[in-house]
Amino acid sequence: MEWFAKNIEKLISFVNYIRNFNQNKFMEHKLLLLGDEAIAQGAIDAGLSGIYAYPGTPSTEITEYVQRSKEAHEKNISSEWSANEKTAMETALGMSYAGKRAMACMKHVGLNVAADPFINSAITGAHGGLIVVSADDPSMHSSQNEQDSRFYGKFAMIPILEPSNQQEAYDMVNYGFNFSEKMKIPVLLRITTRLAHSRAGVKRNISKEQNKGGLHDNLKQFILLPAIARKQYKDLLNKQSEFEKASEESSFNKYIAGEDKKLGIIACGIANNYLMENYPDRKVPYPVLKICQYPVPKKIIEKIYDECDEILVLEDGYPLVEELLKGLLGKGKKIKGRLDGTIPRDGELNPNIVATALGKDFTKGKEIPEFIAGRPPSLCRGCSHNDTFLALNEAMSDYSKGRVFSDIGCYTLSALKPLESINSCVDMGASITMAIGAADAGMIPAVATIGDSTFTHSGITGLLDAVNNKSPITILILDNLTTAMTGGQKSSAFGKIEDICLGVGVEKEHIHIIKPLIKYHEGNVKIIKEELAYKGVSVIIPRRECVQTLNKRMRAKHKIKTVSL
Amino acid sequence: MKKDIILAGVGGQGILSIAAIIGTAAINAGLFLKQAEVHGMSQRGGDVQSHLRLSSEEIASDLIPGGLTDLIVSVEPMESLRYLPMLSPDGWLITNTEPFVNIPNYPDINKVISEIEAFPRHIALNAEQIAKDLGSVRSANIVMLGACSPFLDLDYYLLENAIRNILQNKGEELVKINIDAFKAGLKFAEENK
Ligand SMILES: Cc1ncc(C[n+]2csc(CCOP(=O)(O)OP(=O)(O)O)c2C)c(N)n1
Ligand code: SF4
Repeated sequence: MEWFAKNIEKLISFVNYIRNFNQNKFMEHKLLLLGDEAIAQGAIDAGLSGIYAYPGTPSTEITEYVQRSKEAHEKNISSEWSANEKTAMETALGMSYAGKRAMACMKHVGLNVAADPFINSAITGAHGGLIVVSADDPSMHSSQNEQDSRFYGKFAMIPILEPSNQQEAYDMVNYGFNFSEKMKIPVLLRITTRLAHSRAGVKRNISKEQNKGGLHDNLKQFILLPAIARKQYKDLLNKQSEFEKASEESSFNKYIAGEDKKLGIIACGIANNYLMENYPDRKVPYPVLKICQYPVPKKIIEKIYDECDEILVLEDGYPLVEELLKGLLGKGKKIKGRLDGTIPRDGELNPNIVATALGKDFTKGKEIPEFIAGRPPSLCRGCSHNDTFLALNEAMSDYSKGRVFSDIGCYTLSALKPLESINSCVDMGASITMAIGAADAGMIPAVATIGDSTFTHSGITGLLDAVNNKSPITILILDNLTTAMTGGQKSSAFGKIEDICLGVGVEKEHIHIIKPLIKYHEGNVKIIKEELAYKGVSVIIPRRECVQTLNKRMRAKHKIKTVSL
Repeated sequence: MKKDIILAGVGGQGILSIAAIIGTAAINAGLFLKQAEVHGMSQRGGDVQSHLRLSSEEIASDLIPGGLTDLIVSVEPMESLRYLPMLSPDGWLITNTEPFVNIPNYPDINKVISEIEAFPRHIALNAEQIAKDLGSVRSANIVMLGACSPFLDLDYYLLENAIRNILQNKGEELVKINIDAFKAGLKFAEENK
């Protein structure tokens, strides 16, 4: 017993040695991860307690990875989808309030929806580490704009991390949580499609326990009454110099010396990779400043600005750093980038655009033969939306064109040939509210078509407006029982749509459920026509499962043997 | 060693599976790898591509610089031509010849095929037919994987093991069908390169 007491420390250190040895061995092994997945694994390993998100390309795979992870399941990490990005952001803030590490994930336009809690969370500050991931989509591969989330971070005056590769994405999560807790501030992690959806080998770190949780010292911190908010805001302003100092000292920001001072290059996030791709030996002749943490590291920028004749700024997104350097009058040194035409003003960067900016030549392949046709995305064969829009098109043939307001989801593809059914797609939920406005302007009837997931994301409040306004509009809630566009995530609306409509005050006799199948076409057209003639709010719910999720379910059920890889 | 590959096809044709198998094999060979995928909107029957880069040195960009691609591997003939500006002057064009027609203005297939055949370094095979003959139409993508495998500088067994790894939960029968599909594509390429 005495021996035991004496040697207990040695024993513990031996056990730890064995454990670390195993961990180290396992860490040598690289995981092949998407940028999104690297963030998710980074969060699991950094002691995450909850991830809150609404799907949106290119951010969806972060949350899906946590949902699939056995480890996350064993650690009891919350990962249910939220109804929208605002509820996700607020839930994450609540978890941070209670002292645990939380992450909110969204696509860039989701941050518009979450902007109110996001901006205000900078004023309340954080308690448990809080990271907001916003995935931007330059070139609009799957989005309605290419806004740059770094402007939101700057607007909220919080630190921003912008990884240049998958390993950095992994490492930045742990750094971000630590920094968030140290500075009591939410941190924005900004990525773009190219990193989110590109795979590379990632080395893991030792995984951390979750925070125990507990209250912060200042119980008033989260009450943003003006008197408190003014004080909190001053705190935020005072923290700015520390954020800047952290950027200057951060290992994610690097100054790399170069002989030729005719040009200095500032490369942000993944723009670094495109720069390096142009120098196979990775030796750039010019001084380079890699920026992956903001606010911008002023002192290092000053150094490169002072020593070089001209500056080239490479950013995958809007010209944020470039604009800062140029100033309103652009009277200083020549700053090259998106604003002076050195780089196209819109669209994502690539190695060739950067080569051109550097005045380098690059090899070109053959031209695309002129007979190659475009292949736009289209509704799947057998999609329920197709049958719904065929019925709607026929019912609308009695009226003049241009009355169908729509929303975002697979059904937006009905804008294209051959259906050409809809006249708008602006932001999630806008179909119902735009129809109200158009009806107020005299466009009667006006129609809204909205998906089930979009309806619970932000259609319900618009429906309430319509009921209160007694608007003469007909709303089709396209219930394919899933969030299809982003890959078939569970829809918050599942099994609840009729009850929601009744609860909001739509009259029972003006709520209809129809089955969008060609064999019921005549009957469906008749119901739509009758409701178009009604001078109040009508809701029609075409309900049939998305064929993709149906196939997936059936395959899982029968384990069909012909399943392809 | 450095190989830059563009995988092309139409949403749903399984190019990401080809990428996953090559990726697994490359990682097991101790190579660096980057693979940019397409998710989202374009997957609904639209054109899709993936940039797959393998190298013994660390890779900088997730995207292949235009004009430097070593291999275009396409599961659909017209799609193989869409990425010609990316192909290096001494690169290979490897494609399935069975068209996937989901647009009204699909060009004359003979024109497409003669354009492919005019290309000095090409492998064109009817992967769909080969897969069908083996009893699994859905393995056409794996036939294409086989057809590009002689150009990858990856050991045969690394690729076969990667197929096994990825399919292990789906049963021995399916593993066998896909390995046969792989071998059939490989054989065609060896005989026609
Ligand atoms: C604010 C915002 N969040 C997320 C998205 C991404 N997004 C586009 S469509 C869609 C799914 C819509 O699902 P649903 O309304 O059910 O239509 P379906 O695709 O199933 O037809 C999502 C999540 C977006 N465009 N905007
Ligand atoms: S994924 Fe589903 S909802 Fe989307 S087009 Fe295909 S069948 Fe329709």
